[in-house]
Amino acid sequence: MAVQEQELVGKPPRASLVNDPKVRGIFYQVVLVAAVAYIGWEIVHNTIINLEKRNIAAGFGFLETTAGFGIIQSLVEYSEVSSYGRALLVGIFNTIAVAAVGIIMATIIGFIVGIARLSNNWVISKLAYCYIEILRNIPLLLQIFFWYFAALRAVPDSRSEPLSLFGVMFLNIGGLWMPKPIYESGSSIVVGALIAGIVLAFIVKRWAHKRQMATGQQFPVFWTAFGLIIGLPVIAYLVTGMPISLEHPEFVHEGPILRRGFQIGIGTNVIPEFIALLLALSFYTASFIAEIVRAGIQAVSHGQTEAAHALGIRHGPTLRLVIIPQAMRVIIPPLTSQYLNLTKNSSLAVAIAYPDLVSVGGTVLNQTGQAIEVIGIWMLVYLSLSLATSAFMNWYNQRMALVER
Amino acid sequence: MTDMTDLSYVRTTDAQAKPAPVSTSGIVGWMRRNLFSSIPNTILTLIGVWLAYSIFAPIINFAFINAVWTGDNRDACLAQNVGREVGACWPYVEAYFPQFIYGRYPVEERYRVDIVYLLFALLIVPMLIPTVPGKRINALLLLVAFPIISFILLVGGYFGLPVVETSQWGGLLVTLVIAITGITVSLPIGILLALGRRSDMPIVRLLSVIFIEFWRGVPLITVLFMASVMLPLFLPEGVTFDKLMRVLIGVTLFSSAYMAEVVRGGLQAIPSGQYEGAQALGLRFWQMMRLIILPQALKLVIPGIVGTFIGLFKDTTLVLIVGMFDLLGQVQSSFTDPTWSSPSQSHTGYLFAAVIFWIFCFGMSRYSLFMEKKLHTGHKR
Amino acid sequence: MGVAAASGANAAKLDDVKAKGFIQCGVSQGLPGFSNPDSAGNWSGLDVDYCRAMAAAIFDDPQAVKFTPLSAKERFTALQSGEVDVLSRNTTWTMSRDTQLGLNFAGVNYYDGQGFMVRKSLGVTSALELSGARICTNTGTTTELNVADYFRANNMPYEIVAFEKADEVVQAYDAKRCDVYTTDASGLYAQRLKLTNPGEHMVLPEIISKEPLGPVVQQGDDQWFNIAKWVHFAQVNAEELGVTSANVDEMKNSDNPSIKRMLGAEGAFGEAVGLSNDWAYRIIKHVGNYGEMFERNVGPDTPLGISRGLNALWSQGGLQYAPPIR
Repeated sequence: MAVQEQELVGKPPRASLVNDPKVRGIFYQVVLVAAVAYIGWEIVHNTIINLEKRNIAAGFGFLETTAGFGIIQSLVEYSEVSSYGRALLVGIFNTIAVAAVGIIMATIIGFIVGIARLSNNWVISKLAYCYIEILRNIPLLLQIFFWYFAALRAVPDSRSEPLSLFGVMFLNIGGLWMPKPIYESGSSIVVGALIAGIVLAFIVKRWAHKRQMATGQQFPVFWTAFGLIIGLPVIAYLVTGMPISLEHPEFVHEGPILRRGFQIGIGTNVIPEFIALLLALSFYTASFIAEIVRAGIQAVSHGQTEAAHALGIRHGPTLRLVIIPQAMRVIIPPLTSQYLNLTKNSSLAVAIAYPDLVSVGGTVLNQTGQAIEVIGIWMLVYLSLSLATSAFMNWYNQRMALVER
Repeated sequence: MTDMTDLSYVRTTDAQAKPAPVSTSGIVGWMRRNLFSSIPNTILTLIGVWLAYSIFAPIINFAFINAVWTGDNRDACLAQNVGREVGACWPYVEAYFPQFIYGRYPVEERYRVDIVYLLFALLIVPMLIPTVPGKRINALLLLVAFPIISFILLVGGYFGLPVVETSQWGGLLVTLVIAITGITVSLPIGILLALGRRSDMPIVRLLSVIFIEFWRGVPLITVLFMASVMLPLFLPEGVTFDKLMRVLIGVTLFSSAYMAEVVRGGLQAIPSGQYEGAQALGLRFWQMMRLIILPQALKLVIPGIVGTFIGLFKDTTLVLIVGMFDLLGQVQSSFTDPTWSSPSQSHTGYLFAAVIFWIFCFGMSRYSLFMEKKLHTGHKR
Repeated sequence: MGVAAASGANAAKLDDVKAKGFIQCGVSQGLPGFSNPDSAGNWSGLDVDYCRAMAAAIFDDPQAVKFTPLSAKERFTALQSGEVDVLSRNTTWTMSRDTQLGLNFAGVNYYDGQGFMVRKSLGVTSALELSGARICTNTGTTTELNVADYFRANNMPYEIVAFEKADEVVQAYDAKRCDVYTTDASGLYAQRLKLTNPGEHMVLPEIISKEPLGPVVQQGDDQWFNIAKWVHFAQVNAEELGVTSANVDEMKNSDNPSIKRMLGAEGAFGEAVGLSNDWAYRIIKHVGNYGEMFERNVGPDTPLGISRGLNALWSQGGLQYAPPIR
C-alpha cells in the first residue's frame, strides 16, 4: 500500500499508469478480447479437427439434396422429392403460422381475462384469478401434452361420425375440417371491394374524428365501417355472380374402413397437432398477458376514472377512451416479451409432431448428420424472428407514446 | 274562516312504518352488491357460475368421485371390471410414486437422496423466513457446503458410497437438480453480465449485450439440442461430459442471460447518489459493488429472481425432449408399462405431474409476492 | 488375421478401455428385447448382451460395461466424439452412414425389416390395402424415408405423423390418431406390449425394407474394429459348432480342431487382436452363443415372441453366417 501512504503525505496525486482507469480499462478489455478469441479459436479448431477425423462433410451443400420424407402440413408446395432446404422452409412457415395465430388468440384471451380480473362481479373476478393462477403455474409442455394426448382421446376417431360445429365445421381426431373457398374468375373484384371497404372505413373514421374535433358532433363510425367492410364485398359478390364457392369437406360412411371418414384434399383440414399447440400456447401465454393487462390498468390513477365519470362518460367509453390508451403504454413493453416467449415456445411442437422448424430441422439433422449447420439455421431463424418482433413492437410503442399529452 | 281550523291537522295515530331498507350487510347484501347489482351483472354472474361448473365439475368428478383408489394392476382401473365410468387411477400413481420421486436411482441407495432433500429443506426454510437470524452463515452453507455435500452424496464414489450413474437419476430429483443448479450457478454469472452491460468499457459492454441477447433470442429447446448434440464436437478428443452435465451447462448459460436482465433492473433502481457516495468514501469498484450497490440491488430483485426460478423450474420439463427423465419424463415413460395401461392412465399421470408442479410454482410465486410486499415498506422511491 | 496386431499408432481404443476398466456402450432409451432397463436400472436385451460379450472378451467380466442411453439423434455424435466406445443401438447399416459419418459397422446382429402394425378392426390383411392411411412413426430414422418410398412406389396416398420419441408414437397410435404404426418389425413386437390392448393389434406380413441392425465403432482404429467384428462372429461360430454356455467347459477338451481354435486351445488368435487366447471361451461362458442370446431376449418364449426367421444360421435357412476362425 505504498501508493496510499504517499497520497496521505500530501504529494499531488499523480496516478501511475497502473491506477489510471483508462489504461486499466483498455488492459481489461484486451485481456477479455484475448480470452474470448482464444475460446472461440479453440472451439473452431477442435470442431474442424473433430469433423476431419470423422470424415464429416461441412457446409450447406446438403440443402440441395432430396429430402425424401413427407410433412403433414405445408403452407408452401412440398413433396417427398423436394430438397432439404425446401423442407426447412416449410418448417419456418409452420412456425410463423402457429406463432402468429397464437399471438392474436393469446392477446384476445389475455385482455378478456385481465379485464375480468378487475371486474366488480365477484364470480367473474375469482374465475379469472383461478384461470391465471392455475395456467401460469403449470409447465407449458405439460399443457401441450394435455391438449394433445388427453383432449385427443375425447373426440371421435377419424373413421366414425365427427362432432359437428354449426353443421359447417367438423371435429374429429384428424383435426378440424372446414369448407375451403374456391376462387373463380371475378373473385378478384370481391377481394378488391373488401380492400376498398377497409380503405373507405378508414377515411370515414378520420373524417368523423375531424368533424368531432371541430363541431363536437359524433358520427356512428362503427356501424358505417361495419357496413362498408361487410356490405361492399357482399354487393360485389352478388353483382359478379357469386364467383367464390365453398368446397365442403366430404365424409364417406361406406366402403372399407380406411376409405371412410373425411377425404384427404377436400375442404380445409387443420391438423390436431396445430390445434393442440395453438390452444396450449395461447391459453398459457394469455395467463401472463392477463396479469400484464391488470397491472397496466391498475397503473392508471383512479382519478382518471373519477374524472371521466364526473364528465358524464359512461363506464364502457371510460374504459375504451380514457383507461386503455393510458394503460397501453405500461402494457406494451412486457407484452412484447410475452410475444417473443410465445414464438420461442412454439418450438415445443417437436414433442407432439407438429412440423415446425425445430421438428423438421431435427429430421434433417438426423438424415444428414449436419448438426452444426442445422442448429445454426435454427438459431439464426429464431434470432431474426425475435429481432423482427421486438423491432415492430418498439415502433408501435413509440407510436403509442406520441399519444401522450 | 272555518277553513283555517280544517287545515290545522294534528296527527293522532302513528304513520305506518316504511319497509326496511334493502339489506346491505350479511350474505344477501353482499350478493346483491357484488353479483346481482344490475341485469348485465346478473347475466355475467350466471355465465360465470356456468363456466366454473362446466370446468371444475368434470375435474372433481375425475379426480375424486369417479376415481379408483385401490388396486394392484390395470384390472382395477378398467371400466368393464369396475362397472361404472372410471376416473383417475390412483393406485397406478401409488405404485410408481418412488420412481416419480427418485427415477431409477437404486432402491438401497435412495436414503442418500432423502438426506439431500432433508438438508435442502433444513437450509432453505430459515433462508426464506426474513426474521430468522444468521443469514450470512446460512447462505454460505446453502450455496457452498450444500452443493458439495449433495454432489458427494448423489454421485457417490467417496467414503465408500457406491457410484450412481446420472443416467439412473430421474423424476423429481432431476427436476430439482437442474433447476437449483441452474439458478445457483447462473446468479453469479448473471451479476457479472449485468455489470458488464452497464460497464463504461465499450468492448465489455458489447460482448455482454451480444451474449445476453443471443441466449434470450433462441428457444431453450434448441439450446438443449445444441448441448446434447453439438457440444461434444467443440471439445478436444477424449474429453467428454456426462449428459446431465451437458444439459446443466446449456440451462445455466440460458438462464444466466435472463438473470442478467433481472439484476440489471435492480442496478438501475439504485440512485446514482449511492455510487457517488461510495466513490467519495474512496471505495474501489469491487468494494463499492460488494458493500454498497449489490446488497441493495439484489434485495430489490428477489421477486425477479424467484420469478426466473419459477420459469426455470417449469422449463426443466423440456429435458425430456433430449431424452432425460425429469418428473414429467418419468411420468410419460411410465405410460408404456403394460401392467398399468388403461384409458385413464395418461390423464391420471398428467394430473399428478400438474399438481406437483403447480404446488411448487404457486408456493414460490406466493413467496415472491410476500417478499415484494415486505420490500415495499422500506424506502421505496 | 495374422497381421492384425500391426495396427500400430491407431490402436489406442483397446488400451484406453483396458486402462479405464470398462466399456462405455451406447444403447437405446428403452426398447424391450434389445436394450431396456428394469426398474432397478439393470439393462438387458440383445444389444446389451453384445456389449457384455465384448466386456467378457476383454476383461473376463460381463459386468465391466457402462451403458449410455442415446436418442436416435444423439447416437452418432456420441460415438464420433468418443463418449461411447461402441454403439449397440439397433442401428441400421446403410452406405451413407458407413461412408460419410466416420463410422464402421462391425456386423449384423439382427436382420430386421420395416413392418406395419394396424388394428385388427380395420380389416386389412396386406400393406397394399393401406391407401389413404394415416401413419405414425419416429422422426429421424430410415423408417420415415422407407414409408415415403413405399407409398409413392405403389401410388397410394398417405399422411405421416412423425414423433420425436417412441413413447409418444405409441401414445398417439393408441389414441387412434393414426391407423398404422410403422417401425422395424422387431420394434413393432416390442412396442405392442405397451398398448392398452395388445391383442387388438396385428403386424402385417409385408416387410418393406432391409434393416440390418448391428454394432458400430469409430473409424480409424482397426484393432478395435476387429474386436467388434469378431466378438459377433465368435458367437455365431459357437452356435454353429454347438458350443453353449452350459457345455463350453467340456468342449474345451473337444477333438474338433475348429472348436479348439476358437476356444484358444490351439493357435494364438486372441493375441493377434490384443486379447487373451481364451477370448471366445470367455464370451461363451459368460454370455452364451448367438442362439442363446436370441432365445433369451427376443425368442418365441419371451413376451416379444419373435421366431428366428432371417436370423437363423445359414445352415438352417437364415442369414447368420460367420467367417471361420483359422
